[in-house]
Amino acid sequence: MSDAPTTFPSHWKKPPLVKNSTLRWGLILGFAIYLAIGLGTMDVDWERAWDGIPKGKRFILAFFPPDFSDSRNVVLDGILESVWMAIIATVAGIAISVPVGLGAASNLAPKWVYLFCRAIVAGSRTFPEVILAIFAVKLFGFGPFAGFIALAIGTIGFFAKLLAEDIENMSASQAEAIKATGASWFQWINYAIQPQVMPRMIGLSVYRLDINFRESAVVGIVGGGGIGATLNTAFDRYEFDTAAAILLIIIGIVMVLEYISGYLRKWVQ
Amino acid sequence: MLRLEGLSKRYKTGDEALKDVDLEIPDGQVIALIGPSGAGKSTLIRCVNRLVEPTRGKVYLGELELTGLSSGALRRARRKMGMIFQEYALVERLSVMENVLSGRLGYVGFWTSWTRKFPKKDIQEAYRLLDRVGLMDMADKRADELSGGQRQRVGICRALIQDPDLLLVDEPTASLDPKTSRQIMRLINELCKERGLAAIINIHDVQLAQMYSQRVVGLELGSIVYDGPPDGLTPEVLTRIYGEEDWEATIEKVDDEDVENAPETIVIPKKKTASPKSKAKAGNGKGKS
Amino acid sequence: MPLIETSDGPVWKRRTTKKQLAIWVGWLIGITIVLYAWILMTEETVWFFVQDAPRQAMDIGTRMVPPKLSYMSRLWLPIWDTINIATLGTVIALFIAIPVAFAAARNTTPHFLVRAVAIFIIVSSRSVNSLIWALILVLILGPGVLAGTIAIGLRSIGFCAKLLYEGIEEIDHTQVEAIAATGASRPQQMLYGIVPQVLPTFAGVGVFRWDINIRESTILGLVGAGGIGLELNGSINTLAWTQVSMILLVILLTVIISEWVSAKVRGAII
Repeated sequence: MSDAPTTFPSHWKKPPLVKNSTLRWGLILGFAIYLAIGLGTMDVDWERAWDGIPKGKRFILAFFPPDFSDSRNVVLDGILESVWMAIIATVAGIAISVPVGLGAASNLAPKWVYLFCRAIVAGSRTFPEVILAIFAVKLFGFGPFAGFIALAIGTIGFFAKLLAEDIENMSASQAEAIKATGASWFQWINYAIQPQVMPRMIGLSVYRLDINFRESAVVGIVGGGGIGATLNTAFDRYEFDTAAAILLIIIGIVMVLEYISGYLRKWVQ
Repeated sequence: MLRLEGLSKRYKTGDEALKDVDLEIPDGQVIALIGPSGAGKSTLIRCVNRLVEPTRGKVYLGELELTGLSSGALRRARRKMGMIFQEYALVERLSVMENVLSGRLGYVGFWTSWTRKFPKKDIQEAYRLLDRVGLMDMADKRADELSGGQRQRVGICRALIQDPDLLLVDEPTASLDPKTSRQIMRLINELCKERGLAAIINIHDVQLAQMYSQRVVGLELGSIVYDGPPDGLTPEVLTRIYGEEDWEATIEKVDDEDVENAPETIVIPKKKTASPKSKAKAGNGKGKS
Repeated sequence: MPLIETSDGPVWKRRTTKKQLAIWVGWLIGITIVLYAWILMTEETVWFFVQDAPRQAMDIGTRMVPPKLSYMSRLWLPIWDTINIATLGTVIALFIAIPVAFAAARNTTPHFLVRAVAIFIIVSSRSVNSLIWALILVLILGPGVLAGTIAIGLRSIGFCAKLLYEGIEEIDHTQVEAIAATGASRPQQMLYGIVPQVLPTFAGVGVFRWDINIRESTILGLVGAGGIGLELNGSINTLAWTQVSMILLVILLTVIISEWVSAKVRGAII
């Protein structure tokens, strides 16, 4: 080229992500200070942690091999209880979620119904299943029924919210077209709404079954029955090989459920 | 000089994209590769720098046989072949400057590329190229903020900063409007002349191919069916490449286009810009049949 | 198919008879399973408790109001611990999840065996709830915030890595191809072609998981792994219901704030 050479800058720096330098350094400094204080107040008992190493080793070694013998059938009973609990909680939760979800869709329900249903959704979503389970155990006594109640409430919060969002996002023109034929409200739901949201909902229900099974393993720790109770007992008695077996079984079942849900979702669509 | 010998490619799906292609491109020659979609144009270009691994045949760049290279040597060889993509293929979330400098990746180490501390002369060259294509002020913009024509210019800079001997250009105008298409094609052409680069330009627009190349190669179903000067594209030849169509209108257009003396910004009469693609043009029908 | 010939001419039905039958059988099996499960599960249920539950709920409910506001002074430290558990746990998880995700994604994995190992790490981390991880870690490391943080971290690795590797697999491949065409090495292709494309996903996933972790870390105290759950457990065990309601209120507020923050940050990134 004929234009004057070396008039071009030979230095270039990537422009920073945050343009304002005060803000940039403020953010970096703030995060550093937080990390320092956070780690400082962690209050770790290193001696205790050191003492725990042999125990940790024992726990890991218990996986080779895990003890599947299950002489008193406690593991099998626990697993089955968890499975039943998860199934019923999913079915009951979804049965309640459908009306709640319809009510919580702003394009479907009148204002007061909408607010009421949204309140139900928010209420059942805020607290983790374990806290719900603690209260359920207080009210219904120890056992799978309490776990069932906790999981069902959790399911409502999860499912009704997603159902409502799905309905709000659906194609308005299809809904309008059915309404224009003079269909009644139920016919309208059946012909315009249901076909649009159904495939995703079926996939989600299997996913929620998967979540409920996993959660059923923890509600047992606070007295909600199922495999969690068995696992807790195994830990209390230092029966690490049984605990390892239970963990592996949980992992196996979750994998199977995940596979089924993937397959089902493909089949539905 | 680039030389292809018996180049063939069969995809796993069983499609035979290239069948025994022999081609020689002397230094500094710009050739246009035309042909219908699926004729194997993209595959041919990608077999040269081995983004697609050819099944059979050899590719020579100068004395070097590209087809036999190990991955390290191939990376070094790729530095000498700049590639310009359809749909630009810029890394959209990086800045324009980073996109241009990414053309130097083959020359620098991992640490330099991580810290973006490229050598001074690379940065200078990047600025020089951006200035050449008229994007000096855009250096620190993110690539996805640019318009289509601007992005393709960045793509050109990225290829040229590699300091290549050969340009591989894959449908550079596929997603550009007619006017920008011409500007981009002219820019590529000029840059090739300035630097004495050879280039293979894949293009489906016959008119543009005729305007901006010294030689046209027609590909049909993976075989070369035409190899000759741009004005040798008669209706018979085009029919051989693309199939039966009304080709008169397409060819006629080229004659009254003064390519050599075109001003910096071509103002093209509306009726010509209206439908630049040969296929669409045939629909207008200047009446042959 | 759905047109069925009868003596009165063709009749349209939504499904063929065979398909309809299959659907009915499916329903039958489903209902049987649910009923059977219900019977098994309620075998041990003491129905007296269940009948009594509404009264109990009323009783506890009335004892919970008003929340003991003065108790707040003792909650600051636990809530700080809870937030730390969630934040540091997320940071640890991201550090480990990123290499795991690159190993698990089909387009970046160095070898299919490496991918199998990475997928195994993801699945086992995801399947085990953080409360169970906490249970194990409290046993090994002793009670405290450290066990909680590591538990949250271990649980989050699988979640983050799964979303990250799906993000990596969904990138625009031509951008990587363009970088490869310049003669860049594999690490350079990753740095220039892949990382810029997935960075927003990474940030989004991190914030998303942080929000979930705030929720999860509120309960870790139940097994002794630090945070506000410890206070909750203590208050419930001593039947200090006004304290319980205060703690629930604090958890509610924390969750709402964290949800708001995460929504804001995600909005800013994407």
